[in-house]
Amino acid sequence: MTQVRTYGQSPGHYPGKLFIVEGIDGSGKSTQLALLAQWLRSQGHLVVHSEWNSSPIVRRTTAFGKKQKLLTPTTFSLIHATDFSDRVERDIVPALKAGAIVLADRYVYTAFARDVARGVSRAWVRSLYRFAVVPTLAIYFRVPLEVALYRILSGRPKLKWYEAGMDLGLHGDVTESYKLFQRRIQDEYEQIVEEFGLAVMDATRPVEVQQRALRQLILPYVRGEQLPAPPTQGSPTLALPKPREVAS
Amino acid sequence: MKRFATYGESLAGVSLDDLSGWLIVVEGTDGVGRTTHVNRLRRHLEELGYAVAETGLTRSDLASRGIRRAKLGNTLGSNAFNLFYATDFADRLEQQIIPALRSGFVMLTDRYTYSLIARAIVRGADPDWIKQVFAFALKPSATFYLRIEVEDLVPRVLADGGGFDYWESGMDLPMGEDLYDSFMNYQRRLIRELDSLAHEYAFTTIDATRKVDDISDELCDRVAALLAPGRPAPAV
Repeated sequence: MTQVRTYGQSPGHYPGKLFIVEGIDGSGKSTQLALLAQWLRSQGHLVVHSEWNSSPIVRRTTAFGKKQKLLTPTTFSLIHATDFSDRVERDIVPALKAGAIVLADRYVYTAFARDVARGVSRAWVRSLYRFAVVPTLAIYFRVPLEVALYRILSGRPKLKWYEAGMDLGLHGDVTESYKLFQRRIQDEYEQIVEEFGLAVMDATRPVEVQQRALRQLILPYVRGEQLPAPPTQGSPTLALPKPREVAS
Repeated sequence: MKRFATYGESLAGVSLDDLSGWLIVVEGTDGVGRTTHVNRLRRHLEELGYAVAETGLTRSDLASRGIRRAKLGNTLGSNAFNLFYATDFADRLEQQIIPALRSGFVMLTDRYTYSLIARAIVRGADPDWIKQVFAFALKPSATFYLRIEVEDLVPRVLADGGGFDYWESGMDLPMGEDLYDSFMNYQRRLIRELDSLAHEYAFTTIDATRKVDDISDELCDRVAALLAPGRPAPAV
């Protein structure tokens, strides 16, 4: 049985596993996660997929706030935390209790990177997410900014206001603003990788090479041969449980 | 000197340097008569010549509709509700409270972060965590706590025709076998939490078991004295 812990509370005993992927837009993480889900299902595992910004109740407010341009850095951060909290309570924790493999496309680190890129305090946003379950393994898809930008900008011309960070007034041009904003987010991600000990995937390699590497990375955890690493002592506001409380 | 500060966290992209005005909070549990007293206080201050604005829980452009929808079905996680209220509060802080203070208004607030912190704690949230969530809130100029015991609350809640409200009775938890039991237990816990916050944040406690006129006279006098120290209270 795996011990599941949150960033702020003592661990609970759930049999499921939680794998999460992170990375800037165009890093290819969603493709890789979809392939992983297919493979795990074909292997007979119970797989639950959870996506950022998808709580049925909260996403309507988020969409409304984005459309009307009502969101500030603080309310942008809080409404996404609301959405995430709803999913933790109603989707992620019940699935982990049921013994499922939960795959999450973006997790708390997305908020840590994006919200801080918007000027929100690092310590505050980390504290905000203390209710989150610590993943079994978090994987960061590292890709040069130019590669990611090319993937996004060559395929999808219409960037949305908040997606491009236009609310920050970095640049009058949407595409230029998007580039500057993505760079800020990437810088934050690189810090987060260190701080929380995320596994790093070289996302410049061919899809099938990455997929094989990803499977190899998670398999020992799925089989229970490998236990989650003890929490890294990151930001002091996180109040992580002591290592002796983690290993089962 | 800066007139307003937060509880420790800055608000991204918002300057507090140019704020004047007063932020007056009226706290207290449901049915204690907050709305009546806020209305009377508003009239009194306007008679004295102050520009007065008003806000209260779930009155934000951003989140009020969403919170109403979520309440209808009881379909939102309990901790998500805590954060939804925080979103509503942050929107009102940035879109209503701070602009009003920037223009030198007296901002009357019918409940503040304290009620939200109390309801979260009663629902099992870590007190340190929920206080930290609200650390971007402005410290009010003054907080007046209309205090009452749950036994005094029951006749008021029943007499005004509304009866026991599902949420104000903590029925999402629930805290008793029926609406009455749950209301009593929930409100008792809520009052206990507010008492503890009153101590921690130095509220001015007003005994709200007295006659309505006595309560509102005390509230009006105290706020008038805060706004214009040294000026004698005007004869009505």
